[in-house]
Amino acid sequence: MSELVYGTYILVWPALTLGVLAVICSAVIKDAVQARKSDGDVV
Amino acid sequence: MNENGFVQFSILTIMILLVGFYGGTYLLTLLIRKKEEDTSGFMVAGHNVGFGMGAASMTATWIWAASFYAAATSGYTYGVSGPIHYGLWGALMILFIYPFGRRFRKLAPNGHTLGELIHARHGSSSQLILAGSNILGSIISLMVNFTAAGALVSVLSPLSFQTGVMVAGVGVLSYTLTSGFRASVFTDFAQLVALMAITVVIIPAVLFAVGGPSVMVDGLKNLTVQQADFFSVDAIMNQGAPFFVAVLAYAIGNQTISQRLFAVREKHIKRTFVTATLGYGAIVIGLGMIGLMALTVGVEPVNGNMNNLIPQMVSAYLPPVFVGLFFVLVIGALSSTADSDLSALSTIVMADVYGKNIAKNNPDPRKMLLIGRITMIVATVAGLIFASFSLDILVMLVFVGALWGAIVFPVIISCYWDRVTNAAFTWSVVVAMALFCIARFELLEMTGATVLFFEILASVGGAVVFGLMAFGFFGRVVGLTVGAISGVILLVYATGFLRDYMVLTASLTAYGASTIVCTVMTLRNKERFDFDLIAQRVGSYDKPADEDEPTMIPEGARS
Repeated sequence: MSELVYGTYILVWPALTLGVLAVICSAVIKDAVQARKSDGDVV
Repeated sequence: MNENGFVQFSILTIMILLVGFYGGTYLLTLLIRKKEEDTSGFMVAGHNVGFGMGAASMTATWIWAASFYAAATSGYTYGVSGPIHYGLWGALMILFIYPFGRRFRKLAPNGHTLGELIHARHGSSSQLILAGSNILGSIISLMVNFTAAGALVSVLSPLSFQTGVMVAGVGVLSYTLTSGFRASVFTDFAQLVALMAITVVIIPAVLFAVGGPSVMVDGLKNLTVQQADFFSVDAIMNQGAPFFVAVLAYAIGNQTISQRLFAVREKHIKRTFVTATLGYGAIVIGLGMIGLMALTVGVEPVNGNMNNLIPQMVSAYLPPVFVGLFFVLVIGALSSTADSDLSALSTIVMADVYGKNIAKNNPDPRKMLLIGRITMIVATVAGLIFASFSLDILVMLVFVGALWGAIVFPVIISCYWDRVTNAAFTWSVVVAMALFCIARFELLEMTGATVLFFEILASVGGAVVFGLMAFGFFGRVVGLTVGAISGVILLVYATGFLRDYMVLTASLTAYGASTIVCTVMTLRNKERFDFDLIAQRVGSYDKPADEDEPTMIPEGARS
């Protein structure tokens, strides 16, 4: 039981990092597509 | 491996890594380079940064080299809860500023710095206090990041500390100089992707290389009772509480944050800052867990230097390729913060110093851009010199931290309460700094009525911190209620107790004293300020497409 708890306690952070990375990347791709369509800059 | 157990890269390998990193980053900026940059793009990317880029930039900027080392140190020192007490409060600095950021943006939609807003609200003395604290903070940050580059290069290769410092300084300047803030944001995204990808791989890799969760659980017997306790009082009082106190101060005092508040599209401020909070927390707490792993498996930091913990763990348990990844992780983190500091410094000098105090309301955009770029070069040289001489910056850090604490209440309340005056702002900061110095350096004997006086001020300061946090999210009634309740609780329980933690007491004194002085002086003023004037006084510096259209509207003019 405590192995599971400690394992989760350590590994939840890289998992959350992966989730945030996915959110940021998808948002940037969306912005880039929109910028290309409107002939604007992504930043 | 060298005699200390660190993987040693050859000069060729380390140069390939550094040139690859900075060369690649420089090439990226060519994608967004414009023939002619305007001041708005150079300072805040035209107030038009999207959610993804904004969240990536805020996260990458807030993670500096010290984030990993300090989180791991906290895990190693305070055990199970240590990484949380470093990373959580750092993350909340991003979260708690966004409600105020929306207000700043509403008041000054065309703003570039918080100093401009305060200038429009109060005038030069208040603005220069804020801008001065921002400049000091960014120079310290630059120096710390260049120092971290030098230390890492000298530990992992035969190259000297000074060589590492120089390469980092020149590398960061080279890709930031032309496009300013736009380059900073764009490269932050690429640097953050690398940083996050490496974090995702490196934490499980270390965990399973040391033997997995079972070995960690076995190692828990090596921990003290406090280290094994998730609700450790040691960790809360020595690590968590000082950081909690700094939550609003660091956010208000740091132009890198306010620059992003003015740069992100207004409708995206909330989700940008919430995402950055999660991203920062996950990365920093996660890497802090490597310090906890080191503690449970009984690793001793080389030469007693806690900054060696992560490189030591990676070198000891993982193949050299992971050490290379770790190297990129740290260089990416420190570079993304350093380029943001350069952009922040150039924007402050462009807008707060030149735009508002030298050129008044007739700035020349071309001259302004030149001043911004010269500022970047001067700041880099200053950062390199300070870093090369390994100057002791502790005293400077103490003062800057206190100054940020002292300005929190006056800055925030100036944006909501129409009776606050320039004198109330300025004197509250001056008195708070004086009282902070007395408490921090114990210039008076801290006994009897004296120490009780400071405990009362600190209790008020604690109440202000809680009250402002609640006010940001839930409004005036909840903010005042939370402030009043926490004030009463602190006055009852903290007096007689806080004197054992004088560093914390001094920090809270800065908040409490500035709040009391600012409030008393404000209550004596009967004149009211028209907040609409701020939007009129803070404008764009660029020439409009239509030459007849004014950019900088004269002070006090009504539309």
